[in-house]
Amino acid sequence: MMIQLQAKGIVFGYNSSPILKDVSFEIGPSRLVTIVGPNGSGKSTLIKCIDRILAPEKGSVLIDRKEVTKMDRMEIAKNLSYVPQSSARTFSSNVFDTVLMGRRPHIGWLSSSDDEERVWEVLRLLGIEELAMSGFAELSGGQQQKVLIARALVQETKVMLLDEPTSNLDIWHQLDVMNIVSDLVKKRRMTVLMALHDLNLASKYSDGIIMMKRGRIMAAGDPASVLTPENIEAIYNVEVAVRSQSEEPFIVPIKQIRQNGSSPSPRGRFFSGGKRRSRLPRSLAEIKEIRLS
Amino acid sequence: MAKTVRRSSNRSGKRSKMQEAHDSFVFARYFFMVAIVAFIVLLTGFIITLGPLDISVADAYRALLSRAYPSSFQVDPLTERVVWNIRFPRIVGGILAGFGLGVCGCVMQAVLKNPLASPFTLGISSGAQFGIAVAAVLGISVFGGPYLLIGNAFLFALLCSAFIIGLASVKGATSETLILAGIAVNYFFSSMSQLFRYFADDEQLRLMVSWGMGDLAAFSWSKITILFGVFAVCIPLLMLKAWDLNIMTSGDETAKSIGVNAEGVRVYILLISSLVVATVVCFTGTIAFIGLVAPHMARMILGGDHRFLIPASGILGASVLIAADGIAMNLIAPTVIPTGIMTSVIGVPFFMYLMLKGRRKEFWT
Repeated sequence: MMIQLQAKGIVFGYNSSPILKDVSFEIGPSRLVTIVGPNGSGKSTLIKCIDRILAPEKGSVLIDRKEVTKMDRMEIAKNLSYVPQSSARTFSSNVFDTVLMGRRPHIGWLSSSDDEERVWEVLRLLGIEELAMSGFAELSGGQQQKVLIARALVQETKVMLLDEPTSNLDIWHQLDVMNIVSDLVKKRRMTVLMALHDLNLASKYSDGIIMMKRGRIMAAGDPASVLTPENIEAIYNVEVAVRSQSEEPFIVPIKQIRQNGSSPSPRGRFFSGGKRRSRLPRSLAEIKEIRLS
Repeated sequence: MAKTVRRSSNRSGKRSKMQEAHDSFVFARYFFMVAIVAFIVLLTGFIITLGPLDISVADAYRALLSRAYPSSFQVDPLTERVVWNIRFPRIVGGILAGFGLGVCGCVMQAVLKNPLASPFTLGISSGAQFGIAVAAVLGISVFGGPYLLIGNAFLFALLCSAFIIGLASVKGATSETLILAGIAVNYFFSSMSQLFRYFADDEQLRLMVSWGMGDLAAFSWSKITILFGVFAVCIPLLMLKAWDLNIMTSGDETAKSIGVNAEGVRVYILLISSLVVATVVCFTGTIAFIGLVAPHMARMILGGDHRFLIPASGILGASVLIAADGIAMNLIAPTVIPTGIMTSVIGVPFFMYLMLKGRRKEFWT
């Protein structure tokens, strides 16, 4: 079976406090895989370690069986593109120039008309050609997100990593961005790995889901097998009902479950129903060998 | 898919409205660069005419061309000597100094991702000022003779830069750390200079104060040659990184993901630009405003592409500096106001005008 992206035993920590503890998985070509998990579970850190924005202490990442650690920055940028969570910039430039930055791994000092044509093509593909001459800082959050995706797209990589691309968007733009990404997987046969908070978006669009907690992968597989009430309760300490919506699980939150040993939330008395200690279901006791192909 | 789109657009030869808008924007960028160079040439001719000896604009250009084409252009020997020995070196020195400060301000702002970064705010100028104080009061210097003060200013400017660059190479040093360290260095050397000023006698004080105000009077052809030599090596090295600077304004994480070694580029740029700044300030003294304001002017007019922005910041810096110097020399002639004072006096209102005009929102947030 073909493997497009593989992570093997990734360990990472800031000042000896571990963030990622031995994370491994394999993803096949043309798949959309989302990483879900509570705040601080290591989703964004994992994405950055894969792109070597952060250097893992141990472990390796392979693309098409080539070791990323042995590549220089330019070569990594030809194989992996990354859409950051934050679009904050000190100095703005217009949308065209911003997207053209993504051609950097492929060009020298001068950009050719071919490079510029590729930028126009991607701007048309994402429906933002009309914004080409607008300043990046003037755009709305949804438009900025599309520009960042366009910039990653002109890098022309097989694998794209996205760090919570929908977190600041309204529901229309959330679907817009997810549809764009989903189209890239289907039509351009890209492999996409993204960190995501919204479990229902993950359920609707993903081919596979990786569920993380405290730097470990706790569950992985197709949405129906991962997004179960037991898993969500164990990972998020939230009681949910999961309904099947045209075969995709649809999650309805019911209440928080207070964790043993943790300080009660300020609104705890309104959610005092759960005093059970959250325990991992037996099937969830940390998974090491994961194939999402 | 990419290929089909490209072919179809080439075959029909039609470009969309936005593509045409982009084409004209690119044309406007080139036009602006050519226009501002032409402006400097005109300004040079005009400034040469200002001074105690009356020289017409035509005579000024004739005198400039007379050395290259003595048979075609002739002026009287006095005019020729005044132009070539007094007025022109000062203008060429001003153009080089303004160009260097503008370029360095531009690249420093880009790698430190801070609109307030400039050779002055990083403490390089105050380091040089302290070097002058040490040489003037204690007579301690590595170099002797005419290069006593200049040599010391240069060494101390480099010392400051080395401190900032050393800090930049430390793992985890953010651009904010560097700016704050620069400001701290700035204050430290300013107070040390004050201390020396407190103990200095009249002659030493005069030396220190006049140097601190920034002046183009010291330029001779030999100094211009040194400056030109340093620029000929350093400016192309800075220009080489134009793409990386574009990308680094989006933050280090994004820069790395697009293939730019952000930390490496930061150290590289700071190293080369400090060498340029040190060379400039040791000849001119503190001319604070150019390095800060010229890049902003260029950014507001041309947008964020450093392939245009770096040379444009330099050319704008050069034109502001020689215009300010022209005014400084002639406003209350025969008294010459120090150039450093005049650059701020005319630069600030122009900067405020550009800021309030409204392009700010688009290109600088």
